[in-house]
Amino acid sequence: MAPSARTSAVHELSITQSVVDAVTRRMGDARVRRVRLEVGRLSGLVPDAVQFCFEVVAAGTTCEGALVEIDEPCGHALCRTCGRAFETGDVLPLCECGSADIAVEGGRELRIREVELA
Amino acid sequence: MCGTCGCGEAGVRVTELGTAAPAHGHGHGHASGHGHPPGDGHVPGAGRVVALEEDILGANDALAAENRRVLTERGVLAVNLMSSPGSGKTTLLVRTLVDVGAELGMSVVEGDQETLLDAERIGATGTRVVQVNTGAGCHLDATMLARAMAALAPSPGSVMVVENVGNLVCPALFDLGEAARVVVMSVTEGADKPLKYPHMFRTADLVLLNKVDLLPYVDFDVATWTAAVERVRPGVEVLSVSATRGDGLDTWYAWLRAGIASRRGGTATSE
Repeated sequence: MAPSARTSAVHELSITQSVVDAVTRRMGDARVRRVRLEVGRLSGLVPDAVQFCFEVVAAGTTCEGALVEIDEPCGHALCRTCGRAFETGDVLPLCECGSADIAVEGGRELRIREVELA
Repeated sequence: MCGTCGCGEAGVRVTELGTAAPAHGHGHGHASGHGHPPGDGHVPGAGRVVALEEDILGANDALAAENRRVLTERGVLAVNLMSSPGSGKTTLLVRTLVDVGAELGMSVVEGDQETLLDAERIGATGTRVVQVNTGAGCHLDATMLARAMAALAPSPGSVMVVENVGNLVCPALFDLGEAARVVVMSVTEGADKPLKYPHMFRTADLVLLNKVDLLPYVDFDVATWTAAVERVRPGVEVLSVSATRGDGLDTWYAWLRAGIASRRGGTATSE
C-alpha cells in the first residue's frame, strides 16, 4: 500500500523546499503559474507528498498557488537470466521467469523540467 | 532557513560540546563557491514556458562535492554512519572511540533531531564532537555538515565519523561529501529490512550487523538477512559485530585503518 502524503512527507519537505528555492533563484520576481517536475519511480520520493509539501513551502513566494505537474518515469529493466526487457516501478523488480538477477537503469530522475510564468 | 540563500535550514542548531553557545562559523562556503548556479538575472516575459532542466538535489550535491574536496585535501576520512533508531550505533561509536579513537585521531559529528545527549556520551570519551540538532529535519544534508566541519575542524589525516539522524529512509538521498557510507543494522530488527528499505542499503560501502550477542534470544536468520543485503547491494562487505561483547570489532577497526591509510596516501576509498 502506498504511504499517505501526510505520513511520508519528511525528506520530501526539504527536497520540495529545494525546488522552490531553485525556481525563485532562476526566475527572480516572475510569478510562476505551473512547475513541471520529473520524479522517477525509483527515486525514493512520493509524488503525492511532494504535491502536499509544495503548497506549504510555496506560500508567500512567487510560486504560491502554482500547479505542480509530476512526470514519473519508470526504470528500464533487463533480466540477466532470460533476457527479457521491461519497464518497472520497483527498486527490486522480479522478472516473469522468476529471476531477481535484473539490471535496472533510469527511474531515479529528480529534475525540475520547466516552469510556466503567469 | 539560511537568510542568504534560503537553503532550508529552519531550526537547525550546531553546538560544539564544551561551549555553551551554538557554534559560530556559519561555514556555508558562500565565498568559496556555494554551488548554486548563478542566476542569470533575466526575467523572461509572462505566460512563457521556460525550460530549467535542473537537478532538484543539485545545490546539495554541489555543496557535498565541496565538502568532499576539502576533506580529501586534508586527508580526512569522513564516514557517514546511518541506521534506524536503536541499532546501537552510538554504543558502537563510543566503544570504537575508546579502543582506537586516539590512534586514528577520531572526531565526531552527531546528528539528532533534539538534545545533546549523544554528543555528551561521545564527549565523555575525550573525543572532539559537534552536535547538529535538525529540529523537525529527518536527515543531515551537505549544508549542515559544512557548518559542523567549520566548528569541528578535523585534523589532517584523521577519521571523522558523522552519525546521521536515526532513520532508514531519508538520509539515504542526501550526499554529505563523505568518503564512505556505513549502514548499521541490529539483530533485533527484521531480517527483511534491507528489502524494505533498499534506498539505504543500495549505496552502502559497508554493512554492520550489530548485537550479534543477542542471536540466541531473537528470531533472526542471518542467512536470510545476508541474502537480502546481497540482493540490494551485490558484493558489499558485511561484518557481524557486538558493540557490547566485542565480536568482530577488530575487523571493523581494520576497515577504518585501511580507509585512513589510503586517505593519507592521497587515494580516495570510495568516491
